[in-house]
Amino acid sequence: MLRRDVLKSAAALAASGALAAPAIGRAAEARVLRFVPQSNLPNLDPIWGTQYVVRNAALLVWDTLYGVDSHLQPQPQMCEGHEVSADGLLWRFTLRPGLKFHDDTQVLPRDVIASLQRWMQRDTMGQLIHARLDGMDAPDDRSFRIRLSRPFSKMLFALGKSNAALACIMPERIAKTDGFTQINEYIGSGPMRFRKDEWVPGSKAVFERFEGYLPRPEPASWMAGGKRMYFDRIEWQIIPDGGTASAALQNGEIDWWETPLPDLVPLLRRQRGVQVDVADPLGNIGVFRMNHLWPPFNDERARRAVLMAADQADFMHAVVGDDAQMWKPLPSFFTPGTPLSTTEGGAALQGKRDYAAAKKLLADSGYNGEKVVMLVGTDLSITKGQGDVAADMLGRIGMNVDYVAIDWGSVGARRARKEAPDKGGWNIFLTWLAGADCANPAPYTALRTNGAKAWFGWPDSAPIEQLIADWYDAPDLAAEQQRIAALNRASMEFATFLPTGFFLAYQAWRSNVSGIVKAPFPVFWDVRKS
Amino acid sequence: MLVYALRRVLATIPVMAVVALFVFSLLYFAPGDPAAIIAGDQATPEQIAHIRASLGLDRPFLVRFGEWSWHILHGDLGTSIFTNLPVSHMIAQRLEPTFSLMLLTLILSLVVAIPMGVVAAWRQGSWIDRLIMVVAVFGFSTPVFVIGYLLAYVFALQLDWLPVQGYTPIAEGFWPFLQSLILPAVTLGGIYIALIARITRASMLEVLSQDYVRTARAKGLGERAVLFVHALKNAAVPIVTVAGLGVALLIGGAVVTESVFAIPGLGRLTVDAILRRDYPVIQGVVLLFSFVYVLVNLLVDLLYSLFDPRIRY
Repeated sequence: MLRRDVLKSAAALAASGALAAPAIGRAAEARVLRFVPQSNLPNLDPIWGTQYVVRNAALLVWDTLYGVDSHLQPQPQMCEGHEVSADGLLWRFTLRPGLKFHDDTQVLPRDVIASLQRWMQRDTMGQLIHARLDGMDAPDDRSFRIRLSRPFSKMLFALGKSNAALACIMPERIAKTDGFTQINEYIGSGPMRFRKDEWVPGSKAVFERFEGYLPRPEPASWMAGGKRMYFDRIEWQIIPDGGTASAALQNGEIDWWETPLPDLVPLLRRQRGVQVDVADPLGNIGVFRMNHLWPPFNDERARRAVLMAADQADFMHAVVGDDAQMWKPLPSFFTPGTPLSTTEGGAALQGKRDYAAAKKLLADSGYNGEKVVMLVGTDLSITKGQGDVAADMLGRIGMNVDYVAIDWGSVGARRARKEAPDKGGWNIFLTWLAGADCANPAPYTALRTNGAKAWFGWPDSAPIEQLIADWYDAPDLAAEQQRIAALNRASMEFATFLPTGFFLAYQAWRSNVSGIVKAPFPVFWDVRKS
Repeated sequence: MLVYALRRVLATIPVMAVVALFVFSLLYFAPGDPAAIIAGDQATPEQIAHIRASLGLDRPFLVRFGEWSWHILHGDLGTSIFTNLPVSHMIAQRLEPTFSLMLLTLILSLVVAIPMGVVAAWRQGSWIDRLIMVVAVFGFSTPVFVIGYLLAYVFALQLDWLPVQGYTPIAEGFWPFLQSLILPAVTLGGIYIALIARITRASMLEVLSQDYVRTARAKGLGERAVLFVHALKNAAVPIVTVAGLGVALLIGGAVVTESVFAIPGLGRLTVDAILRRDYPVIQGVVLLFSFVYVLVNLLVDLLYSLFDPRIRY
């Protein structure tokens, strides 16, 4: 071989290597998804930590027996199917064959029973099942039974709902941990393993594809169907600053940003290589929460005066800006566009605002200019915006507002205090709820009126509680809709709280990422990257 | 000097004890409740109370402080309320990014600021002096996050030379490591460069008017030797003092810089812990920062004798 042949060969080899290397790099790159979640992942116990970000990560690691689809209907997931006795007291479930945990052990009914017991300690619907539970047992290695003392028609929804706490199935030895104590091992049977060794809380969380996962044959739909993963790794990068996350997305350093700031959306829309769309079709509901224990809001008339004066457009402009597609008025407590949505009794929140009438109603309630303590979390744009509008609205009807500007962590602590407002308590705080949590009364803690056991503000109304109980016993969808309409009307008259409107949020991703769907949580299955 | 150094190190123990008591008390009496954050927005007060009890947050101040102090004395910083990971592990994860950032900033600042200050003093009243002082005022008065965004826009988004955010550990290669820290270090260094340049100028102006500088020039020494060998060494004591005090600025600036550039350092850990009321983490990080600051001050004191042999301990 001549020297020049050697040189030619070497050059050809070098050239082929130079060309091949980026191709290999691109292929490997396409198997890694870099995702910026809504906030830091502070822990990964789906029962102990009920924040949305924990729920979203848990959906990768753990699987559930049933899962709601995009129509909010529970579909079998880990379960092959179920049978229920004619009296509704005995439920028999069969697990799909071949289910494995990330430690390569088989999923057994005893794991399911222990997991459900832990879940029942913390979840509202789980507690309802627990209150009527006669027992659970496992007749064989693939099935388990739940015996009830009273029927519970929402069983499948409870097992497959997307609201925290999820009924996640974990190995028995882990599931035996008390529901109020955090677990240390994150072993599920979901499509991705959690790499605890790579976890840097506040910065990075890594999930690796679980080869032993068996997706269902059906197409994926939210928590239901086949959860097919097209990534070997999903890296959650925590970027606390919105401006930085936006720049990182534009620069291709990240692939998907769960919650872009509304202010930055117009900029992102103009960028080539970036796509923006609504994240969750079920959106969010703004909440103006009143304390029913103390004057003036211990009087129904004062609460109704607030509903009369509230202009939801003002609140929503403060939350999402001028983007009219991102909000809508909500004369209801229930999420619009869902099977149970209703506007029955919502007239108080519709039409022109009548400040004079609201002022008179407020005076009738006995209010005479006393200080009203309003807690505003000024570190969150949604609560801050709502707080500013609320202060203006209350001023217009003659309320003497003490605007307490604090961080959200402090609001969280102070709102739990039942003392009088001038002794460290409160009259009003502002927050928001995910629309998925307001689609029916089961996960909707803010709607409950069970007095001392109710959510902050402690509303007390036996008739409303009865209406909620009636909904649980509704035999079909028509009956459910009828009972929800009655519940909405009663809650509006009682003015349990003020819904300040319905608003949506965006998500943004690189154009080379496909398969991203609109859902109440980021759906990673069926997402691909080219 | 060894005895002095030992005495100073021992003196840090009561200082740290006071810091520990102060931090613990501050957090105990500060508003906020980690149990409410853990429980989520839909949790009932009953559930929150249960979590609070399970975390031991409902126990009296003295019991909690006693228990925490006992663990600290045994080298145990506790466990994070939220992550359930040891605080020492969480701090260890964050040490490299923060100390790399601070070290690079320190080197960059000293390399840039000291010559700037020397030249400004040497050419006092000239356009160079004014230009340097304008730059210093700009660096001192522009917020860190503004500089950070501007640099990221130009060098990452427009020129595509450097990444917008993130941190690459040195184990993954020196150049990627350096690439990830250049913008944050320049950002954080702005205020520090301004501070040191100004103090160097002021100190050099005083020294340059001394007789021994005139003597050095009279005996025919070159201007560079006069400035950097004779004058600068004598002007070093105030510069070292300010550089040492400025470490507090760096610690404060690192909090913002790490957030802007998404660097997983101690600054971000502190902010996250404060927002969540993760008491053991806050206490651990504040103790660490206090300890570092005390050590830096000790180092500054020891350096005095190096620059000025008349100072003896």
